[in-house]
This record gives sequence, structure tokens and C-alpha cells, in this order.
Amino acid sequence: MELTAEEKAALNGEHGETLQTAYRILVATGEATNAEKLVPIKWAHLSGVNYNTIGDSGEEFLRELSKDARVKVKATVNPMGIDFDHISEFKHIDDEFVQKQASIRDSYIRMGVEPTFSCTPYDIFDLPEKNTQVSFAESNAAIFANSLGGLKTNKESAFSALASAITGKSPYSDLRKDDITTPMTIRMKMDNPSELDFGMLGFFAGKVGDTSVNISGVSKPNRRSCKALCGGMGTSGTCAKFQFVDTEDEKSEKVDFGKEEMNEVFDELNTAEKGDIITLGSPQLSLEELSDLSKMLKGKSFQKRCMIFCSRAVQEQARSHNYTNEIERAGGEILSDCCTCLTPLIDTNETDAVTTNSIKGAYYLKNSTGVDVNLKPLAKIIEDETK
Amino acid sequence: MSKIIVQGKAQGTVLKTTSPINFLGAVDKKTGVIRDEKYDIFKKSIKDTVLVFPHGIGSSVGAYTIYSLKSNQSAPIAMICQKADLTVASGCALANIPMIVVSNEEFDSIQNGNEISIDTKSEKILN
Repeated sequence: MELTAEEKAALNGEHGETLQTAYRILVATGEATNAEKLVPIKWAHLSGVNYNTIGDSGEEFLRELSKDARVKVKATVNPMGIDFDHISEFKHIDDEFVQKQASIRDSYIRMGVEPTFSCTPYDIFDLPEKNTQVSFAESNAAIFANSLGGLKTNKESAFSALASAITGKSPYSDLRKDDITTPMTIRMKMDNPSELDFGMLGFFAGKVGDTSVNISGVSKPNRRSCKALCGGMGTSGTCAKFQFVDTEDEKSEKVDFGKEEMNEVFDELNTAEKGDIITLGSPQLSLEELSDLSKMLKGKSFQKRCMIFCSRAVQEQARSHNYTNEIERAGGEILSDCCTCLTPLIDTNETDAVTTNSIKGAYYLKNSTGVDVNLKPLAKIIEDETK
Repeated sequence: MSKIIVQGKAQGTVLKTTSPINFLGAVDKKTGVIRDEKYDIFKKSIKDTVLVFPHGIGSSVGAYTIYSLKSNQSAPIAMICQKADLTVASGCALANIPMIVVSNEEFDSIQNGNEISIDTKSEKILN
């Protein structure tokens, strides 16, 4: 990879240790993806915020780094493990977790990031103009940005996005380029798919696709389904972009996603017939999704605990529109700054199984939290779990 | 033909898997032990080994797991992959773990338990 004189100087440590570390990461990821140069980026979205995942070493690293490092471009961050406003309601969360999570939060804020604590930055901010280079580490957000937002990012790692936030640059490779080849078309064979079906389609596509896939047989899905597709795809593989296509490219390999393929995904992730609690939101819900939910819940009440995850920004908007009244009256607990995935708020001593409509959520509930999962589309959850 | 992703020098015993590794989840970040039974190296420790695997998969936060392994002195001394990915490359870069990408033939020729040395400054990187 070719570096400018300025970039070389930074890599050699002439501008301090922080920038040297950042450039060392960019050079490694540049070499890894055969980049020829670094290009400026406008926005970095960082992962590595939840104490549950980055642990003590991560907390110490960020505390040290934030003494000196400042972000050079707009930077937003992924969810934490907990919602500080509601922590007293979760007795099983210990003080050490709260203290370490607060330290991580403060380190990011010290570096100058916007405290979004959200996996859905595309639901909070207007997206920049088409073809803008960004650097998104959260996989569902990277896929959304590339596929539906017209932006350009690779599926960044926690450190590559952090290095890009500090330097304002990313290696010019793979999905950042204009000449992307998409050798595979997934043919959607399911009629009237729910958002759960779209999540399973994404999970399947992520497994079989490489960097980018075409999807045929889908007529304009709503945003909830699009987010489910992005979430599922980001969970299972390395694929970071899809295109909906009307006509199938003759040269591309065709793979069908029908009943059989769907059942295979379902059987991998659905391990319980019912859940002890319900979680909604992975990815975190948008204002529109909360509005829909408040209408669906009119006159009904949840018969068990239901955690509803959305970003703080969306929760504030939902409160001002009064969408939260109906949801909270129905017994829904609205939580922000965290998400279904990898949150310790789900008490595994109390909970054996969780009902959700999220494929991404299901994957992490099963593999990381260690609980069973009962998968249902939202409409069915409302039908079965409310009175 | 080897490609250098992170510079460095190391010598040690090969631990090889043909499964791509999801560092967040599959590896215990304190001990370096593989804790996911789906792997053929389940219950083995990657600590102080030359870890040979196809590539990384899964969460972008896996890079932090690699850094944590190093901080806890449980990291591999080097990594050899068939394909480089951003999570493993960036994790190794921050943790200063030498990392190279090798051809499919070279990858196939490396056997579990082999003594191997890597020197990215030498003409012959892999010995």
C-alpha cells in the first residue's frame, strides 16, 4: 500500500504514539484487503462499547487511549451493555459491571464521539450524500449503509473503525471501490415474507455469499424487514452488501432460498417452543417501528416481561410523539443505550428461553448469553403473548 | 508466496484448525482456550502457539478478544491465515502479533504440531 509522506511520518511515530498505533492498524487492514492507498472518510461508527464483550483489557485500553486520542471525523458508537437509567431495576447486575461500563462510556465521550450507543445510526442521523466513504464496524449498520444508504464502507472491525475515526482515513479496498463484482444471486422463493423471514434470508445469504450478493424475488420490503435482513446477514458471515434485482444476471451463480433453506435456519436458531420473556429490537427499533408497535398494542397487555430496545435519541422522539404511552401501558419496558445482543440485563438465572423476532438477537442469545430462543414474527408475538 | 500483514518474528509449535475462527465467543479471552465444541480444536489452548486457521469470522469486536488475549499473556505468538480479514488483521496489529497470509498449498502443507519459525524481515518468511 502506498502511503503519503505525511502518513509515513505518522506510521513512524513522528506525530505521537496514538497516531502511530492508528496507522499501524490501517496498514495491516490495508495489506489484508490489498488496498493501494488510504482515502478520507466522513463518518466512523465504532463497536467495542459493551463491557460484556471487551472486558477489563478493553476498558483499560480505552481509558489509556482516551487520555490523548481525539476523533477527527463524526464518530458514533454501538450500544453498551446496560441502560444506566434503569439499572436499579436489574438487581443481578453487579457494581463492578456498572463502574467498568461507565468508564468505557466516559472514555468514548472523552475522545469526542457522539454518545449514540446505538446499532442503528441510520435511524438517528440523515445519511450523507451517495457514495460518501464511511467506516462502520457494526455489521448491520455497514450492510444498511452500503445496500440501502448508498454509502461505501467495508465490514470494519472494532479497531479499524477506531483507527479511521482518529485519522479520518480508511484503506481503499473491496466495497469502497466502484467496480464491485457480485457473482451470486439469491432467489427469494417465499411469498409474503414477514420480518422474521427476511432475517432468515439475511442469515442464509451471509453464509453462502462472499462480499456482496444480489437478491431477486423480493418486492419492496418495509424498513423493519430491511433492518431484519441487514441484521441477519451481518451475523452469519463476511457479506457486507446486497442489491435487490428484478432481472437475474445470467452470469451469476443462482442459489434458491425456499422453504427447505428457511427451515434449516429456523431449526438452527429456534430451540424453544415458548419464552419466559420477550425482547424486541435487534437492531434497535426506529421511531416508525415504535409507532407501529403502539398501534398494535392498543387495548392489549403483555402477559410476560417484554424488553423493547431503541436508541436514546429515538426514545426521546417517541416520548414527544406519545408513542411510548400505549407501549408502557401494555407493560413494555423501553430500554435505551443497549440491545438484545450481548446485554447482561437478561438474567440467565431467571430466564431459560427468550421469545424474539430477531435473527441477530437469536444468534447472540443462543451463542453468547446462553439461553434458548423461541422465534416468532412480531404480529404473532402480539397475538400469542398479549391479552 | 507469503504476504505480511503484521511484521514480527516468532518460533513455536503449530496449532491448526480448518474452521474459520469467531474470536468473540469461541475463544476464552483470559485463558486462550477454545470453548466452542463445534471446533476441531475444542478445549485446546491457543496460548503461545503458532495459530494456523483459514480466516476470522463473526463480530467486529473479535479484535478486542485478540488484544485481551495478549494483555492476559494467553495469545498465540503468531497467526497464519489463508485469507486475511479485518478483525484478525487489526487485532494482531494492535496486539503486535506477527501475522501472515499464505497460499492454499502452503496452508495445506503446515501440519498440527510442526515446529515453525516466522521472520517477516527474512527472505524466506516461513521455515
